[in-house]
Amino acid sequence: MKMLKGGYMGNKNKMETRNLNLYYKGFQALINVSLPIKENTVTALIGPSGCGKSTFLRTLNRMNDVIDGTRIEGEVLLDNDSIYDVGVDPVVLRKKVGMVFQRPNPFPMSIYDNIAYGPRIHGHKKKDTLNEIVENSLRAAALWDEVKDRLHKSALGLSGGQQQRLVIARVLAVDPQVILMDEPASALDPISTAKLEDLIHQLKSNYTIVIVTHNMQQAARVSDFTGFFLNGEMIEYDVTNTIFTAPRIKRTEDYITGRFG
Amino acid sequence: MMSKRLKEKAGFGALAVLTFMAVVPVVSIIGYLIWIGWPALTWEFLTQPPRKFLTEGGIFPAIIGTMALTVGTILVALPLGIGTAIYLVEYSRENFFTKLIRIAIINLAGVPSVVYGLFGMGMFVLTLGLGRSLAAGALTLGILTLPIIISTAEEALLAVPDSYRYASLALGATRWQTVRRVVLPVALPSILTGAILGIGRAAGETAPIMFTAAVVYTPRLPDSVYDQVMALPYHLYAISTEVPNVSQQMAFGAALVLLAIVGAMNLVAVVIRTKMRLKRMR
Amino acid sequence: MVRESFQEQLSKLRNDILQMGNLVENAIDMAAVALVNQDLELAEKVVMEDDNIDRLQMAIESMCLSLLALQQPMARDLRFISTALKINTDLERMGDYARNISKIVLKIGSEPLIKPLVDLPRMAELAQQMVRENLTAFVKQDRDLALQAAMHDREINKLYKNTFTELAELMARDASTIKQSIYLLFIARYLERIGDHATNLSEWIIYMITGERLELGDMSSVVR
Repeated sequence: MKMLKGGYMGNKNKMETRNLNLYYKGFQALINVSLPIKENTVTALIGPSGCGKSTFLRTLNRMNDVIDGTRIEGEVLLDNDSIYDVGVDPVVLRKKVGMVFQRPNPFPMSIYDNIAYGPRIHGHKKKDTLNEIVENSLRAAALWDEVKDRLHKSALGLSGGQQQRLVIARVLAVDPQVILMDEPASALDPISTAKLEDLIHQLKSNYTIVIVTHNMQQAARVSDFTGFFLNGEMIEYDVTNTIFTAPRIKRTEDYITGRFG
Repeated sequence: MMSKRLKEKAGFGALAVLTFMAVVPVVSIIGYLIWIGWPALTWEFLTQPPRKFLTEGGIFPAIIGTMALTVGTILVALPLGIGTAIYLVEYSRENFFTKLIRIAIINLAGVPSVVYGLFGMGMFVLTLGLGRSLAAGALTLGILTLPIIISTAEEALLAVPDSYRYASLALGATRWQTVRRVVLPVALPSILTGAILGIGRAAGETAPIMFTAAVVYTPRLPDSVYDQVMALPYHLYAISTEVPNVSQQMAFGAALVLLAIVGAMNLVAVVIRTKMRLKRMR
Repeated sequence: MVRESFQEQLSKLRNDILQMGNLVENAIDMAAVALVNQDLELAEKVVMEDDNIDRLQMAIESMCLSLLALQQPMARDLRFISTALKINTDLERMGDYARNISKIVLKIGSEPLIKPLVDLPRMAELAQQMVRENLTAFVKQDRDLALQAAMHDREINKLYKNTFTELAELMARDASTIKQSIYLLFIARYLERIGDHATNLSEWIIYMITGERLELGDMSSVVR
């Protein structure tokens, strides 16, 4: 327990929220959330449905901007700079803070074009460069060997687990610093889930990862830090090991031991 | 008492009869057209201008006129319609202005085509001074098809899953990049299908062009958009109501050609849709 | 309340641990009485009944393992089950020591005792008290009581040292007492070990209640 603490507690805050409030058409979806996200670690967000964890995740790359009627108070920092400052272009921000969604959502185009999509919209045109990015991203997402012979076939022909790794490769292709994952394994079978978890573990050394999950065992397996959300508040944040063996707060304990309601 | 199976059979039988009854008029109309009109379809009929007050000769200028009007309609309606749909679905947030647009579209769709014709005459022919011309006709037909194109395009865009948009935006794409590279390619087959069907319908309209573009007779083919043209629907109208002594065969021949043009356009729509769908799945 | 069957299994586990504790406490008590009264029949009974303790230990252990595997307990439940698993072993060892003591009682038989027994019964009494207090703390989630239970171990250790010195002197003075002295010394040693295991109970029960791992007593004397 102590060792783990020493291992990552010292990492600098890659992102951080301070007293973050989010209102959606008069409903307060997030209440005073202050949470550090340590560099090169995996932070898991857990909590019951509707607790605000996914909403919180989307504040980190301003995907909430896409939804009408949301308003934000407080600060969200990336490398100590506020990402909600007037000068910040969400389009530029989202290149740095990538996102993987609940259901695998490859575009209806070839595997190659899916991966090359990001680099292309960011201005890479040279074929050699694109080839290299596609290969490296697929390798990093542990998918290269499975798809290298059918790069120009439709991505929709891949299995669910492969599609989700493809989507991760697509995110890696724009070279982000932080990767947000919104219940990335909820639509996957156990083996694909295990592969995905292995991948998350590998990615940690180069990226900072925040993962929202309903599956507590998964949070326990993959994360270094865990935040527990309830009714829009962050109830408890600590080293994952502590949260799952001896949480400080009773509501956390009640949730993770399944004594809710 | 009837057994369950027997009831089931009786039910299906009744439905089959009803379906057959719906097919009967279509088949008989087409069959009748071909029966009477087919002998008229000679090389001369298709490639020569009419002679002797439309009672002899061919319908070549009318075919060309209808095609020119159709192309013009496409040029007017497609960009305008798709653009409006993109604006409504992808950019605008629900507000008074967008509601106004929607109400306008719904009402436009309900306006009788002869009213379009009168409007076209007032607006394009007289006010804008285009005269009775290809341009005025194409603009009028374009406006006529606009509601269909906008609503089919809107539906097609709405059918594109939001997950594609989110994925693209989350990769740092702008809204326009997202529309252009992800949403439109997915929606295009449906948009084109809807558009072509709408335009095919417009190609057969008589009322909108009789005041704006078409003339009963001109042996000349149009060489600019300001020229008057002959058009198949108006030609049909003219020979069956205003010109005496035209053989039934010639009228049916012209109708058959019009039907073939519209049918060909529908065929193109089907081909485009299937092709693009297959391409996406591979 | 959700996960009802899980909750039921947890309360069954709690009852089994309590029963285990009662059996062990009784065994220590009977062994001490058998020693003082040289009651060979009673000593025999302790030896026989240790099998029950061993069987119960196995049952509790497999129950814990299947709960861990099948229910993937977290937090409080995880601490409870791992504590049950640990103190189960400690209790079983304590039962073994009670049996060992009884076996020595059988060996001494009815030969006259070389000295009046005062410290040994006192040690047994303290050990029982430790077990009892720990079980109460276990049920009532009472951290202070568990801590208090562990404190008795110091007294047991002191009595052990006294007994050791006393018997050593006796053996030096009178060689004819050596055999029985060694027997009694073994008994003292066993009682001291029981005290150490009872201290382990306190540590695990405190972990179960609060999640903190304390080092109570002199852990270097604990046989792993």
